[in-house]
Amino acid sequence: MAYLPYTEEDRQTMLALLGIPSVDALFEDIPQAARLDRPLNLPPALAEMELQSHLAALAGKNRSTVDMPSFLGAGYYDRYVPAAVGALASRGEFATAYTPYQPELSQGTLAAIFEFQTMIAGLTGTAAAQASMYDGASAVGEAALLALAHTRRPRVVVARGVHPDSRAVAKTYVTARGGKLTVVDELADLEQALGEDVAAVIWQYPDMLGGVNGMIGAVERAHHAGALAVVAADPVALALLTPPGAVGADVVVGEGQPLGNRLGYGGPTLGFFAVTTPLIRKLPGRLVGETVDGQGRRGFVLTLQAREQHIRREKATSNICSNHSLNALQATIYLALLGPRGLQQVASRSAATAHYLAERLEAVGLVRVPAGVPFLYEFAVRVPGSVADLNRHLLQAGIIGGFELGRWEPAWDGLWQLAVSERRTRAECDRLVEEVRQWMSR
Amino acid sequence: MDVPLIFERSRAGRRGVVLPPPENGWVNPEAWLPPELVRTAPLGLPEVSEQDVVRHYTQLSTLNYGVDTGFYPLGSCTMKYNPKVNDWAAGLAGFADLHPLQPEETVQGVLTLLAELEGGLAEIAGMDAVTLQPAAGAHGELTGILMIKAYLAARGDPRTTVLVPDSAHGTNPATATMAGFQVREVPSNARGGVDVGALRHALGPDTAALMLTNPNTLGLFEEDILEIADLVHAAGGLLYYDGANANAILGRVRPGDMGFDVVHLNLHKTFSTPHGGGGPGSGPVGVKAPLAPFLPGPRLVKQNGGWGWNYRLPQSIGKVRSYYGNVGVLVRAYAYLRAQGAAGLREVADMAVLNANYLLARLGPQYQTAIARRPVKHEFVISAVPQKHRGARALDIAKRLIDYGYYPPTVYFPLVVEEAMMVEPTETESKETLDRFADAMLAIDREIDASPELLAEAPHGTVVSRMDEARAARQPRLVWETSPRPGEARGNQGGH
Repeated sequence: MAYLPYTEEDRQTMLALLGIPSVDALFEDIPQAARLDRPLNLPPALAEMELQSHLAALAGKNRSTVDMPSFLGAGYYDRYVPAAVGALASRGEFATAYTPYQPELSQGTLAAIFEFQTMIAGLTGTAAAQASMYDGASAVGEAALLALAHTRRPRVVVARGVHPDSRAVAKTYVTARGGKLTVVDELADLEQALGEDVAAVIWQYPDMLGGVNGMIGAVERAHHAGALAVVAADPVALALLTPPGAVGADVVVGEGQPLGNRLGYGGPTLGFFAVTTPLIRKLPGRLVGETVDGQGRRGFVLTLQAREQHIRREKATSNICSNHSLNALQATIYLALLGPRGLQQVASRSAATAHYLAERLEAVGLVRVPAGVPFLYEFAVRVPGSVADLNRHLLQAGIIGGFELGRWEPAWDGLWQLAVSERRTRAECDRLVEEVRQWMSR
Repeated sequence: MDVPLIFERSRAGRRGVVLPPPENGWVNPEAWLPPELVRTAPLGLPEVSEQDVVRHYTQLSTLNYGVDTGFYPLGSCTMKYNPKVNDWAAGLAGFADLHPLQPEETVQGVLTLLAELEGGLAEIAGMDAVTLQPAAGAHGELTGILMIKAYLAARGDPRTTVLVPDSAHGTNPATATMAGFQVREVPSNARGGVDVGALRHALGPDTAALMLTNPNTLGLFEEDILEIADLVHAAGGLLYYDGANANAILGRVRPGDMGFDVVHLNLHKTFSTPHGGGGPGSGPVGVKAPLAPFLPGPRLVKQNGGWGWNYRLPQSIGKVRSYYGNVGVLVRAYAYLRAQGAAGLREVADMAVLNANYLLARLGPQYQTAIARRPVKHEFVISAVPQKHRGARALDIAKRLIDYGYYPPTVYFPLVVEEAMMVEPTETESKETLDRFADAMLAIDREIDASPELLAEAPHGTVVSRMDEARAARQPRLVWETSPRPGEARGNQGGH
């Protein structure tokens, strides 16, 4: 009976006020035939002391990125999170609050979301960002829906270089609305795939193979066809890269995990969603705006709520209600701590080590794919042999190797995706390369 | 004071954290990027010290109110106590520092936890299979309704309409639209339940599903649920359970036993995971066996003596998010499940319902429910129409409650009740808290006649008073700008 504050006396007093002998009287409107006439079949309750041991044992059965250097990426990066992020975001006033519907008691959450919106709009080069989405993939899906609704066209074109989970969610969402999704391999194929029925072109920046070169061309071609240009961007890469909004992208979305959120086996993280001015009233989800109170003091409120499900019901831009506010708060605190120089250094330090690793791997005979394309801290190489086997070899050596891209996409068979965060050292890269060399000469 | 913003603390050149240089020194991005891809636009981030950051966000936190602060009887949101051991568990490196693409042999502990949680939720809901992927209640709804769509299509019986009661959460009709359905509303009857006659009339060969919250948003149990289930099934449709109010029925009755085919549960409500100022939540979906092939991928499977992910799901609706779910939330829900056990969960429902009925009784004749009196479940909806006739609206009462130290109940929802105030005390509040809250409500009722200005001007002690929401919508300012607009002088910047 955890977390219940009752004494037997309390219970009797309360029942007496209601004039009933037991709580059962309050459940008599449940039809007899539906009632559960046995205890739920669940494991026995644990006291907190036992619970801690049990959970620590379960956690101990996992080997984390703290235990081993990891070269995995694909939107989620093993980045350094300053201690202040967790210390501040876990304060009960933030963590145990509800959606800020009562602004007088929610200025903390509201001001932080307003800061988040400002930071994301700045990073992406757009006019405005909303308060957060569930993750990068669902943000891509919602961006596709925004485009269908805005253009009243039925088809979305997505690049193969977009994260397969994002593509898959876009497909689920678009087909649910009766639309279609077409995949194109590269920029050269885009022209042919475009037509008057295309609502949006979705591009990733950097793409799944680490390439950054296609985005500007994709935006131009999308606009030429009268479609919206949607770019799914890595937020840390934007510290160094031309922001999509600056070259005309209409919607910029992305996975926000790299901004001060721990990997968490894939969630909860956050998605971000930013747009140009004409699309602000088409945004899904919550939006915070600045205003004043009766005495002229600046404060913040949820605004433009006529887009949302609790007002518009079946005519809402999306069904999203709960978002990932606490994760967005972590991102906000992270960006404040890092500042412009710090964020550039995170990207730059990662890129410097990644380029070192790429050169060393090429020196032992692995070929980067696609050859010669500029990249930052994530890239792909072709492995002579089984990528799975190579990763098993590395795991035995205490290294979490890169991702076997062929598991997701036949076109990527034999490709190994490597990501290098600022936490990776040259010594760890050297160890990786040495193990690769040994595996190749096995 | 104005509510402060971090940007206003910025000072060029100030640093929060500093990174060690790369082993070969700093390199300009021109080394890796063609000129047109090198960023020239400023990042727009503040330049502040770590202590600036700590003080700023600590100050902002004091402008908030959470369950840790005090009583939060926000109807339909189940703002129960969030146990700290759950946060502790979710923060363990063995859960929090796992990359989603790690080899399965390195994550057997977390996969075991997820499998156990799937099983526990299936038992609680009376379902055959569960996916933990949906990130929130509305996301669970979308997943569930898409599965119903796929199931009907596979049966060769595609249908176009989803029915929702007029008392439903807004997410229900919004979800149905998102899933490509027409929405048809079903009216409530005088006892606050679904009008079965109207339902009969609305059902037809186009009906894909009826979405129902039970107990509903009035806090009332659908007494006719078995008949409703039979009617929907006889018409060839399916029954969807919105689990927003599942806290009221734990261990007493299961959606599966009431005839529901698909269920979502809100772990951030019923399973005590913190709301985070709006999220993250988690909305696992359970289904009866015939719908299991349509669950989103990947699915947990036992293989070679361990747990792994199965992506080969030919009939699946596809993916609804990246990777596997909000694992950090799922760890907390699992911890809660293990702390309660079967008897504890039933006690949760019992006390949540007793608390709601006791509080309603304590409010006396001053605050009446809009619907004919019968026992409520975990929450109730009073109508402030009598107070409105005396000059105070539900909103005024809500704002005045802030002065008494409480977070106000949900107001103006459900839409079927005029001047609605929806109160959900939850089981983790003591009798003393309920008594004090009831006393505050009764005192406010007296103030309506004695000193109405106290209500009209409330709240009084907060950092800001009532906000000009019309202005926020008319001239949207959604990002911070360095200089005020003409004619808009900034006040005291406050706090620094």
